Amino acid sequence: MNEKLAKNFAPGHSACAGCGFPAIIRAVLGEATDPVVVVNATGCMEVTSTLYPYTAWKVPYLHNAFENAAATVSGVERAYKALAKKGKIQKKIKFVAFGGDGGTYDIGLQALSGALERGHDFLYVCYDNGGYMNTGNQKSSATPYGAATETTPAGKDSFGKMTKRKNLMEIVNAHGIKYLAQANVAFLADLKQKAKKALETDGPSFLLVFQPCTNNWKFPTSDYVRLGKLATETNMWPLYEIENGNYVINYVPKEQRPIEEFLKGQGRFKHLAAPENKHVIAEMQQILNDDLARLMAKAKCE
Amino acid sequence: MKKDIAIRHDLSKAPKTGTWRYMHPDVDKKKCIGCETCVPFCPDAAISMVKYKDESKKKADVDYEYCKGCGVCAEICPVKAITMKKN
Repeated sequence: MNEKLAKNFAPGHSACAGCGFPAIIRAVLGEATDPVVVVNATGCMEVTSTLYPYTAWKVPYLHNAFENAAATVSGVERAYKALAKKGKIQKKIKFVAFGGDGGTYDIGLQALSGALERGHDFLYVCYDNGGYMNTGNQKSSATPYGAATETTPAGKDSFGKMTKRKNLMEIVNAHGIKYLAQANVAFLADLKQKAKKALETDGPSFLLVFQPCTNNWKFPTSDYVRLGKLATETNMWPLYEIENGNYVINYVPKEQRPIEEFLKGQGRFKHLAAPENKHVIAEMQQILNDDLARLMAKAKCE
Repeated sequence: MKKDIAIRHDLSKAPKTGTWRYMHPDVDKKKCIGCETCVPFCPDAAISMVKYKDESKKKADVDYEYCKGCGVCAEICPVKAITMKKN
């Protein structure tokens, strides 16, 4: 075991072989210079890391229901502030909430919005694997257009999910928080830099991290880094940050690769190879280009 | 507060996830350039850099107690020093 890497999050958890979120946890918490308290919404991360009587977490950790990670972290942070005011706690403590896309985009959105508006000093990290992977791949509002899931199966009458993903970054940005960023587990140096900035931010900050899911995207266990890289190389998942309302794109691929390269090798998109579904790929590319153009316009670059 | 309401991290209670494995990564210490690319991506923090014979650079070394054999390290190794072999 790598002791240094396992400082905050140890092995022995039961995440699938080749899962991406342990690297996210380690990268984000590794950047904290003060003690950290973690709050975690229900999801893959929670069920696999806290198998009774073992816990992989070496930091104080609180599990709550699916929808209220942000509400819980608000309460913890406020309690800390009250104790600090009374002089009962002297040391500085950071608060980090982790949630999956189901617990953030859908179920926990209301709690997240409230916590951001109240301005608690915490970092919310959403690891986005595009669905409810813990319960067997039901679609969430983060599932991309055209993906086959348990609840949007591909078949004779359907090509998978027929709506595009929700733009959570814009929703969070609408709260006017100081720092939020979109990162990718395959770009760890970039993720670490963003985590550092987010943890240093006074007030709420937000990270949206891309995490390929080997089990339900149906690709070999060895490929999460490769697919993560491809998502950014195809501009399906651009890396950018919004600091005090200013957009900065952190990584521009040398040449934009077509979306097919990302779709290839993923079981959830294999139906798109059929001739009658060819239009879906073109539509996906169109959605991606439009989103990218909008982002570029905001970042004021060509 | 009620005693034992919180669970403390205790590695001795951890499931040995290495028993899941049906393929194992095999590091060719001579090929490994000690770049540490594989280290942070390992979901189980199973790769450490250790001194190998009298070479100046430390080399990747796998902890098979927790390695689930996913093969991420073999896939991303820039010099292909890690190969997946049957158990």
